[in-house]
Amino acid sequence: MNEPGLALNGLLAIPLGFAVLSALTARRPSDHLALGLAVLGSLVTLGWSVWVAFSAGGFVVDVAWIESMGVRWHLGADGISAPLIVMTTLITACCLVSLVKHAPSCGGRVTLAILLLVIETGSLGCFLALDMVLFFVFFEVALIPMWFVINSWGDAADEPGRRRAATRFLIFTVLGSALMLVGFLLVRSMTGTFDIVEIAAGRASYDFDSSTALLASFLVGLGLAVKTPLWPLHIWLPDAHSKAPTVGSVLLAAVLLKLGTYGFIRFWMPVTDAAWEQFVPLVAALAVVGIVYGALACLAQTDLKRLIAYSSVGHMGFVVLAVTTFTIGGVQAAVYASVAHGLITGLLFFVAGAIKDRYGTAELAQLRVLYGRVPRLAAVFAFAVMAGLGLPGLAGFWGEMLAIRSAVDPSGALPGNTFAVLAVLAGFGVILTTAYFLALMRGMLQGAPLEVRPVNPGTESVELESAEVDPGSRRVDTDMHALEWLAWSPLIALTLVLGVAPGLLLTPVSDATRVFLGGL
Amino acid sequence: MGGVQEIAWQAVTPPLALACAAVLVLLVDAFAGPPRTKRQALVPATITLLGLAFATSYWVGSVISYADVGTTWRTFCVGRPADGSSACSFELDGFTMVFWGIVLFGAAVVALLGTAAALDGRTPQGEWNFLLLCSATGALTIAASRDLITLVVALEVVSLPAFAMVGLRHGDRRAAEASVKFFLVSVISTAVMLMGVSLIYGVTGSVFFEQINAGLAAGAEPRRVAVAGTLLTIVGLAFKVAAVPFHMWVPDTYVGAPVAVAAYLSVVSKAAGFVGLMLVLAFGLPAFVDVWAPLMAVLAALTMTVGNVLALWQQHAVRLLAWSSVAQAGYILVPFGAAAGADGMDDSVLGAALGYLAIYAFVNLGAFSVAAVVGARHPRQRLSDYRGLIRDKPLAGWALAFALVALAGLPPGVIGLLAKVVVFSSAAGPVTWLAVVMALNVAIGLVYYTRWLMELFRPADVPAGSAYQMPIGVGVAIAATFAAGLVFSVLPGLLLDPVLGILG
Repeated sequence: MNEPGLALNGLLAIPLGFAVLSALTARRPSDHLALGLAVLGSLVTLGWSVWVAFSAGGFVVDVAWIESMGVRWHLGADGISAPLIVMTTLITACCLVSLVKHAPSCGGRVTLAILLLVIETGSLGCFLALDMVLFFVFFEVALIPMWFVINSWGDAADEPGRRRAATRFLIFTVLGSALMLVGFLLVRSMTGTFDIVEIAAGRASYDFDSSTALLASFLVGLGLAVKTPLWPLHIWLPDAHSKAPTVGSVLLAAVLLKLGTYGFIRFWMPVTDAAWEQFVPLVAALAVVGIVYGALACLAQTDLKRLIAYSSVGHMGFVVLAVTTFTIGGVQAAVYASVAHGLITGLLFFVAGAIKDRYGTAELAQLRVLYGRVPRLAAVFAFAVMAGLGLPGLAGFWGEMLAIRSAVDPSGALPGNTFAVLAVLAGFGVILTTAYFLALMRGMLQGAPLEVRPVNPGTESVELESAEVDPGSRRVDTDMHALEWLAWSPLIALTLVLGVAPGLLLTPVSDATRVFLGGL
Repeated sequence: MGGVQEIAWQAVTPPLALACAAVLVLLVDAFAGPPRTKRQALVPATITLLGLAFATSYWVGSVISYADVGTTWRTFCVGRPADGSSACSFELDGFTMVFWGIVLFGAAVVALLGTAAALDGRTPQGEWNFLLLCSATGALTIAASRDLITLVVALEVVSLPAFAMVGLRHGDRRAAEASVKFFLVSVISTAVMLMGVSLIYGVTGSVFFEQINAGLAAGAEPRRVAVAGTLLTIVGLAFKVAAVPFHMWVPDTYVGAPVAVAAYLSVVSKAAGFVGLMLVLAFGLPAFVDVWAPLMAVLAALTMTVGNVLALWQQHAVRLLAWSSVAQAGYILVPFGAAAGADGMDDSVLGAALGYLAIYAFVNLGAFSVAAVVGARHPRQRLSDYRGLIRDKPLAGWALAFALVALAGLPPGVIGLLAKVVVFSSAAGPVTWLAVVMALNVAIGLVYYTRWLMELFRPADVPAGSAYQMPIGVGVAIAATFAAGLVFSVLPGLLLDPVLGILG
């Protein structure tokens, strides 16, 4: 096999192959070998993806797959997809490493690891696919495994709830992707090809003035909006994210949401005309509603994981707002904010899971003064929260800042005044985001060391002055252990690096966007 | 044209072989008397499989020669001295071959499933296999028929043995009731269809599809009578494929019948109905596409929606499969509805229906095969009876899990997913509203497929340990359908390229 074929097919074959290997060795008396293979697989994939991402020029594979339907096995990695690919493999590796220590209480650790690898394969396939049907196929690959992850390993205390969350996640996504497929097929009925590169470059006869094009763009956008999610299609998200096990929440938020945002860049922008009256501004408006709504919903949350889930709705709003500006800067902002959200929200869910493991609850009312009890864990959490609210110098800042900047100066075909208003509203969303994140920090982390006593649900926890507590009776809480450091430190480090040197990511994205979408 | 007509034996041999095997089964059974050992009880099934294998070998030969040089066979022709043309009643072309593949595979799987009944001794094996072979003969013939009379007769040859198969088990009152219900509905539908056929004949003066088409295209009068005939024929065939609102016999019949027969009805018998529809509409009545396509689109939307929505509440596994097969029939009807927007009759539209039918056939057979295994231990067939199947009987459990995700159209059942893509692609554009309705239905379908899937992975209430009886024949049936699904999921082109290529 030639080098591009080896690189790209290898990137898909490695996680899948290790998943199979792990499954074959799973029946041994102990699960160490199988789990070790799974972790090794994720690390090899990570290394492989770094090679793919940093290879000059990028790779493309384009061979026939199902000739009778005109579907081609068309994969490619460029500056738009490479950052997301590396982010995916990194997050998956972190998830698998964290599984080594955190065996789920209901067992089935190896099965969970295998499912994570399959989800990784599907996500990587989506980021690599340049054929619309192939994208759709990979889009669906991750669904059944993720359904299992939520359904079987989700919130142990709430079985009906997690089953409902899993099924709702599945049905929403499938409904969205089926509509997206109809949109893709409409595109093909006009252009005769499923090849998005041809369509984006304007080499296929795609007639933007026809009503079919508007319908196709609407359906594709609708499907991706469910996945992203765009307000008001987000209603599956809070349940799925809060009921999923820690690694499931991390993958859902960090990786699976990005299939939607990436799809907007790769498959929605080429079939959409910015000059269509009201359509693109409408999408942008929904994105801004999502930003404000997500922030307001966060202020009202009582559960830590639900709060982080709603904060994702807001962050994804920034990404979609950036996409709808139809500028190079917008695409840069979208990719940047996607990667940053993946790192930061991944970290937030990791820490939230760690807190839930230690205290058995994620109810904000029962979590107090973590600075005093688990100082290191609390510090990492504070770091992630700071990054999430967009503190300059950390990755989260650039995504939001660039998104708003691109909204101030959208593509010439778009109504500038409307977007200026939207930019202001999005800025207002930033303030709200800061507000709820700071409130969260004050409530959860700060204060004098207090005794947390498990109390009847619904009543306030009893706070005692630290001076009155006998030092001997103070519970000793386990702070971060080595494996958590190992699993989380890459996320912390990258959040810092990308915050300090955003150019690392922005330059390749703008180059690739110029090649893919032309001048815009 | 003098003397005796030439007969294309290559084309006629497969149905003939099945008919001969049917007679042989009956004779052997009559002379051997009641079976004394288990092995003896399996003799009829063995003869059936040998007959099917013989037919399959001829089928393979035809397919190879068709693939190489595009040979097709026509036979039983009637000349028209006036213009020197001749019309044939029996034709073996690519379309027929695809369908024969489905029938031969389906009949073999059902014969294997039937061997399970040989163990309980309540089903007379000789008669059962005789009826199966007769019905399969009809199913082969209908795909090759190119005139209305052959079509109607072949359709009856498919249906009549099926009534008896439903009610064959001794002392099973529910099966007898199911059989009567099925019989009455079928007879009525045949009567309606014959009425339609006679009207079409009355207008065009021919029973051959080619000549009907030519006559209608030339403006045969009175057109209104021909339209009425078309509608009546569609109604008759809609009963056979169980399209809503002509579906009410399906759930009771499937549940009352032995699972193997339900599998036969849902795959082979239903496929015969679809092939009838394809032949009549696409070969005989393309001139009326404006009339029948909108009707089929509405039927498709109704069928999938009603099937999926009613399946949501089912707790009985076979009843759920029955409603799901109603819903799947709706998906297969979509391409017919899509013909509306196409200019005249586009063959690729048929290719989509045929492709979906082929995929649906072996996936659904897989699900029914596992239901047969579980049904032997839990005759009540509640969904909760499937708990722990993955652990207790991994082959059956994984095969069913795969079949369910493929029916739902999700990876790893990639082939099921692509089947949906094929149908969607026929509808997107000409009838986009139907594609959107189908998208909604795919999502509804997920609810019950995943509900069942979930049960497979839940720990069983009863302690572990294999209490399942899996006769070797049933095991082979499950393995064959499962393997086919896996292979086609990895290399979908193997199945889809030839099937779609034939008409595309």
